[in-house]
Amino acid sequence: MPTITAEKLQASYDVVIVGSGAGGGQTAYTLTMEGLKVLILEAGRSFDVPSEVAMLQLPSQAPLRGEKTPDKQYGFHDCSINSGWEIPGEPYTNASKEPADQFRWWRQRMMGGRTNHWGRIALRNGPYDFKPRTRFGLGFDWPIGYEDIAPYYDKVEMLIGVFGTNEGLENSPNSSPGVLQPAPKLRVGELYAQKHGKKVGAHVASIHRAVLTKPQDADTLPVKLHPGNAKAQSILADSMRTRSPCFWATDCHRGCAIRANYDSQTVHLRPALATGNLDILPNAMAREVTLDKQGKATGITFINKTNGSEGHAKGRAVVLAASSQESVRLLLNSKSNAFPQGLANSSGKVGKYVTDSVSSSLSAYIPAFEGMPIHNEDGAGGPHAYVPWTRHAQNGKGELGFPGGYHLEFTSGRQMPSLTVLNGIESKLGHEGVLFGAKLKQEARRYYGSSLGFGAQGTMLPNDGSFCELDPELKDQWGIPVLRFHWKWTEFELNQVRHQQQHIRELLEAMGGKVAAKAEADVSKLIKRGGEVIHEVGGAIMGADRETSVTNQWSQTWDVKNLFMADGAPFASTADKNPTLTIMALAWRMADHLMDEMKKGNI
Amino acid sequence: MSTPDDLPRMDRRKALQWMLSATATMTVRDPSLFAADPGPIKAQGYGPDPVMVKIYKPGEVWPLTLAVPQRRTTRALCDVIMPADETSPSASTLGVPDFIDEWISSPYPAQAGDRRLVLEGLQWIDQESKTRFGKAFADLTLEQQTAICSDLAAAKPQPAHKKAATFFKRFRDLTAGGYYTTPDGMKAIGYVGNMPSGTFEGPPIEALKHVGLA
Repeated sequence: MPTITAEKLQASYDVVIVGSGAGGGQTAYTLTMEGLKVLILEAGRSFDVPSEVAMLQLPSQAPLRGEKTPDKQYGFHDCSINSGWEIPGEPYTNASKEPADQFRWWRQRMMGGRTNHWGRIALRNGPYDFKPRTRFGLGFDWPIGYEDIAPYYDKVEMLIGVFGTNEGLENSPNSSPGVLQPAPKLRVGELYAQKHGKKVGAHVASIHRAVLTKPQDADTLPVKLHPGNAKAQSILADSMRTRSPCFWATDCHRGCAIRANYDSQTVHLRPALATGNLDILPNAMAREVTLDKQGKATGITFINKTNGSEGHAKGRAVVLAASSQESVRLLLNSKSNAFPQGLANSSGKVGKYVTDSVSSSLSAYIPAFEGMPIHNEDGAGGPHAYVPWTRHAQNGKGELGFPGGYHLEFTSGRQMPSLTVLNGIESKLGHEGVLFGAKLKQEARRYYGSSLGFGAQGTMLPNDGSFCELDPELKDQWGIPVLRFHWKWTEFELNQVRHQQQHIRELLEAMGGKVAAKAEADVSKLIKRGGEVIHEVGGAIMGADRETSVTNQWSQTWDVKNLFMADGAPFASTADKNPTLTIMALAWRMADHLMDEMKKGNI
Repeated sequence: MSTPDDLPRMDRRKALQWMLSATATMTVRDPSLFAADPGPIKAQGYGPDPVMVKIYKPGEVWPLTLAVPQRRTTRALCDVIMPADETSPSASTLGVPDFIDEWISSPYPAQAGDRRLVLEGLQWIDQESKTRFGKAFADLTLEQQTAICSDLAAAKPQPAHKKAATFFKRFRDLTAGGYYTTPDGMKAIGYVGNMPSGTFEGPPIEALKHVGLA
């Protein structure tokens, strides 16, 4: 992908964007298609998806059979480089020494950001998810409702390509007719759960994921997405025609050389570059948003990581899409006389109300699957089905002890064997001692593919104990002050995890599954730690009142009119749904507003 | 994939370095201890930005560290755990001993515990072989090897075997995992994916019938 060096920066851009992931990519796409001159600053290196991703390599072809290491924290073949919860030279701190009260911060330092190793699960937030205060008397209502963002969900889904079905479920909205790609057939385990889950009130439905199951309709979609803009239509049609549909092999986390699944480079940055309106500067670590005397943002000061020098990129407007907490850090590090507590922080709310998905998992051995006729169920490189949250009536009445809800994602099947493929085989098959020899090989064939599990992901409402601030002392390798996190689960999350565990257990048992793990009374041991789901959002929340929020409904900061947020930072609360699709829909909506404001001369 | 045990795994320059450092340590060490512990790992990992598409072999990123007698024991134990049968080859044929060596030679912290466990376990199993049958583990008959392994694999191993039993279970997991992550191993266990295809037809009718869905 063509990028520029710091020497080639233009004197000024219409918009400077920090970050090239889902939010930055979508913003750049929307703006450049409409003719704005845009610069993206990316902290990571340039990354060539078609030639660098390992799609078909086997674990035996990687060091340590591809298992996780501190260098590759999601495994060797995961499409993450220079990324992780711990990155040399880029520390962060936690106020508490207690692991349960700590936040783990994943950074993805590469072109395209986290979209490279995303599971591609693309669920819409529903109407309730935007109004937790109205519904539960808790958290914050967003200043927008589902109806405000629905048209943007349609647009993003048409652009990136999302498969799924419309199930007409409460709070898991349908897409408009003709928007979704066909859902792939369900696998045996998913169908089996669909049949037997009914006994315990679990509705198994096709999941929505950003993977093409057929070629995109390049003749009609570009016209729908860019009415009246012939150039944009033509560029998008060309881009869509270079994408192949899924070839039904390999895990999407490895990245996709044939462009079947969505990542920011494949879908957003390539057409944006084709407009001739986009420059991308890699290896540029943003340090500060600069201001003029009137308090307007003028651009970004950055460190050129290739030589350690400092540079400045100038723009009429600035969009932060560096990932929610990195954008927060930028605001906090942009101090001035006008903003001694950090930029756009007159409310004191920058860094506040950080949330992640509430998650726990459980798996079982399903004897009914033993000796299954051998077949290939790789499919679309990730789940085809999920269990959406349907118990709205119960928790609407406060019967469950937690607001919101959670959905369940399938976690196994006849997947490519990993190093741990037989760990625990004895307990699951009911053997005593350790199997080896001919008996082991025989039992392995019977056992393989018979495990099934679910990971739950649920709503976390913002609380006062989960936030970040600048560490008073520590700086990173470029001398930039780092973040210090505070983390607290409340009873709501712990109650939710209790419910998750009980529900998954009864679902697995309804399938005849043998759950090896005993019920754990202390659910704080089962909940994934803050940041481990890598769904953290918030920290610059949107609201209707500038006293209690950082941005307005357009992700435009209250204090600085030409400064916008385009990652998860403006989320006023999390839904149980994975945030990426909503980040893109909000970014597109924000970009439309930004252009309106520019046309009106307000920026 | 397989290579004889007695061939050195390193180039000449590295071999010289190792010999020098070995000589240096030998003077202050009991030689029998040295056999169990080839020394601390000083190698580097592959770093946060390795080439992902490349095909790697054990020993390529960091040197393998098992001495020849330890390799013989490893190879023999791997093959007792995963022997050849009519449908699939033995663990050593698929290069699993090399993987075990790579694993316990890893510079990363997560493998340090396994390194201690495996090195001590290999020493224990050879000692046990000599005590019981007068020969190193690799030189025993399959029956004799199986007798020792069965003791370690027992539901309730004798108190004296407790640590060795922990070693055996871990070694079994590494051997089985190392085996089933190879192309032949995948075939043996019944994984037939990783094959690009124009369509996805869903489960075949026999699979649906198997679980009462058709």
